[in-house]
Amino acid sequence: MRQKRQHKLDGKPGNGGDGQKARVDDETSTIGFENMEPNATLRPLCGSPRPIAWRTARTGTAIGRNVRFVRIAPLLAEGEFSKASNGRGRRDFSMIEIEGLTKTFGPIAAVAGVDLKVARGEVLGFLGPNGAGKSTTMKMVTGYLSPTAGRVRILGHDIETDTLAAQRQIGYLPEGAPAYGDMTPRQFLSFIAEARGFSGATLKEKVAAAVEKTDLDPVLDQPIETLSKGFKRRVGFAQAILHDPPVLIMDEPTDGLDPNQKHAVRALIKKMAADKAIIISTHLLEEVEAICTRAVIIDRGRVVADGTPAALLARSRHHNAVTLTVPADQAAQVKSRLKTISSIGSVEEAARKDGSVQITAFPKAGALLIEDVSALAKAEKWDARELYAEPGRLDEVFRAITTHDTRRAAEDHA
Amino acid sequence: MKDVWTIFKREFAAYFATPLAYVFIVIFLFAMGAFTFYIGRFYDNGMADLTVFFTYHPWLYLFLVPAISMRLWAEERRTGTMELLLTLPVPLWATVTGKYLAAWAMTGVALVLTFPIWLTVNYLGSPDNGVILAGYIGSFLMAGAYLAIGACISAATNNQVIAFVVSVTVCFLFTISGAPLVLDFFRAWAPQTLVTAISSFSFLTHFASITNGVIDLRDLVFFFSLIALFLGGNVVLVDLKRAG
Repeated sequence: MRQKRQHKLDGKPGNGGDGQKARVDDETSTIGFENMEPNATLRPLCGSPRPIAWRTARTGTAIGRNVRFVRIAPLLAEGEFSKASNGRGRRDFSMIEIEGLTKTFGPIAAVAGVDLKVARGEVLGFLGPNGAGKSTTMKMVTGYLSPTAGRVRILGHDIETDTLAAQRQIGYLPEGAPAYGDMTPRQFLSFIAEARGFSGATLKEKVAAAVEKTDLDPVLDQPIETLSKGFKRRVGFAQAILHDPPVLIMDEPTDGLDPNQKHAVRALIKKMAADKAIIISTHLLEEVEAICTRAVIIDRGRVVADGTPAALLARSRHHNAVTLTVPADQAAQVKSRLKTISSIGSVEEAARKDGSVQITAFPKAGALLIEDVSALAKAEKWDARELYAEPGRLDEVFRAITTHDTRRAAEDHA
Repeated sequence: MKDVWTIFKREFAAYFATPLAYVFIVIFLFAMGAFTFYIGRFYDNGMADLTVFFTYHPWLYLFLVPAISMRLWAEERRTGTMELLLTLPVPLWATVTGKYLAAWAMTGVALVLTFPIWLTVNYLGSPDNGVILAGYIGSFLMAGAYLAIGACISAATNNQVIAFVVSVTVCFLFTISGAPLVLDFFRAWAPQTLVTAISSFSFLTHFASITNGVIDLRDLVFFFSLIALFLGGNVVLVDLKRAG
C-alpha cells in the first residue's frame, strides 16, 4: 500500500473543485500531474501533463485554463516519505515556509510579497530575469538580509526571531560562491565546520566527506584565490553541504562550471534531494529540466509561475508540436497536406542550410498531433528525414511570462 | 565564547597569511624607532626610561590602526564573504568580537616586538620596569580603543578610503579632545560640565596617567567602556545594514 499525502497550500476559500496535485514518482523521478476532485483518491497519472494555473504579476488574476492560483507540493510515495522522516524523526512537510516576503530598497520593491512552501524531497528551481529578486529572496531566506515585511520559517524556526536555530538547518551557497581567498580549501572548510559546531574527529570526518563529494582533493592545500573558477565554486558547494543540512539554498550553483562539472554537481544535487528541501536559482533552463521537481518563475519581485517543469513546458507554444524535415521540393505539398489535419492550428517552415525544409505543425489547444502526422507521412511516402513531437520549450515559456509583464507595465505606464 | 574563538583564529591567521601583518609590524617598528631615536632624541635625554618612546604611540596609532580597521568589514562586503559569515549559525556579537580581538591581538604582537628597546634601556641603566609595563599596558589599551572606533566606522561604509579618513578624523578628535583646538570650539557656547566631559575623553590624558606608572581604575574603565561602546555600535551597524 502506498500512502499518499497531499498538501494544498493557500487555496483561496470558496474554490471548491479541482485542486492541482503533483507527485514525485519514487522509481523514475519523473513528474506526473493531474486534476482531481477534493479528497478523491489519486487516479493513475495521465501521460501528458496539463497546465497549472497562472497568475500574472501585476494583477494577480488568473490566466490559463484554471481560474485560480494554486500552489502545489509533490506527493511522496510511502517509501520515500518514511525514508525521509526516519532520518530525523520528523514529519515536517513544509521545510521552508515563506509568507508575504517583501524587501524594499528605498522606493524599489526588490521582492514584493513572495509566498512559497518547499517540502522535503523538492528541488525548487528559482527562475527569473536578472534583477527579478531571486538573490534578494535567497538572502532573506538565509537570514543575511532582514525582510521589510513577511516571514520565513525554516523547519518551524523563524529566521528573524530564531535566527541561529534556523541557520543551523541551512546550507547556503551565496551568489558567486564567496570564500576567504587567503585560506586553502582545507582551512576554509575546517573553519566552516568549526563555526557549525563540529570539533575534533567529527570535524575531520565532515570536511573529508564534503571534499570527497565535491572532488576537491587535488587542490586541498592551495590558497583558494589561486584556484580556477570551477574549483572555487566547488569549495562554495562543499561548505554548503558540509553539515548535511536539511535545507539547501544555492544561488546559481553551476555558474562558471564546465559541462562535466555541471553534470557532477547536478548528479550530486539529485542524489541529496530525497531528504532535503532544496532551492536553486539559475539562468539555465536546461538545469531546471534536469534536476528540478518544481519551477518557480519570479519577475519583478513576484511569483508569476509555479509548477512542475513539465507543467511549464505544457505552456509552450511548441508543446506537442510536430516537426519534420523534408527535401525542399516536397515542402509545398507537405504543408498543404498537413493543413488538412483538423487538429493542426498552424504550420510554419524554416529553410535549412542543407537545402531541406523544416516544417513545424502547431496543434490546436490540447490536441496530440504526432500519430496523425506520422500516419500521413507514411501514407504520402514523404521523404522525411526527421519527424518528432516537441516536448515544449522552456525558454519560450520563460520569455512569454516575463516579457509579457514588462510590456504590460510599459503599456500601463503610457 | 567558542564562536568568538573560531572567528578569532580565522581572522588572526588571515593577517599572517597575507602580507598585511608583516607590513604593519615592520612599518610600526621602523616608525617607532625613527620617532624615538631621531625625533625624540632618546639618547640625549640621558634617562633610563621609555617616556619618549611612549609619547609617540598615540600619533603612530592614529594612522596605522585605521589602516587595519578600515578593511575589517569593508573587505568582507567587497568579497562577498560577509554573506557567508552572517549566514553561519554564529551570533553577530561573537563575529564582531572575534574579528575585533584578532585585529587587537595583531597590534599586540607588533607592540611586543618593540621589546629590544626595553632590553636597551635595561642594558644602559636600571629603569623602573613596573612603569614600563604600565606604559605597554596603556599603549595596548589605547590601540584597542582606536581599533574599536575604526571597526565601527568600517561597518558603516563599504568604501575603505572613507572608512580610513573618517576613522583617522574621529580618532584624532578623541586623541586631542583635551587640547585647546577642540575645547575652544565648545567653550564659546557649551556649559562648563560638557567641556569638562569632552576633555575627559582625551586619549592623551588617560594614556599619560597610565604611562606615569599609575594604572588607575578610572583609566581602565574609560578605555574598556569606550571599546565596549564602539563594539556595540559595530553590532548595531552591521545589523542595520542587514535591514538594507
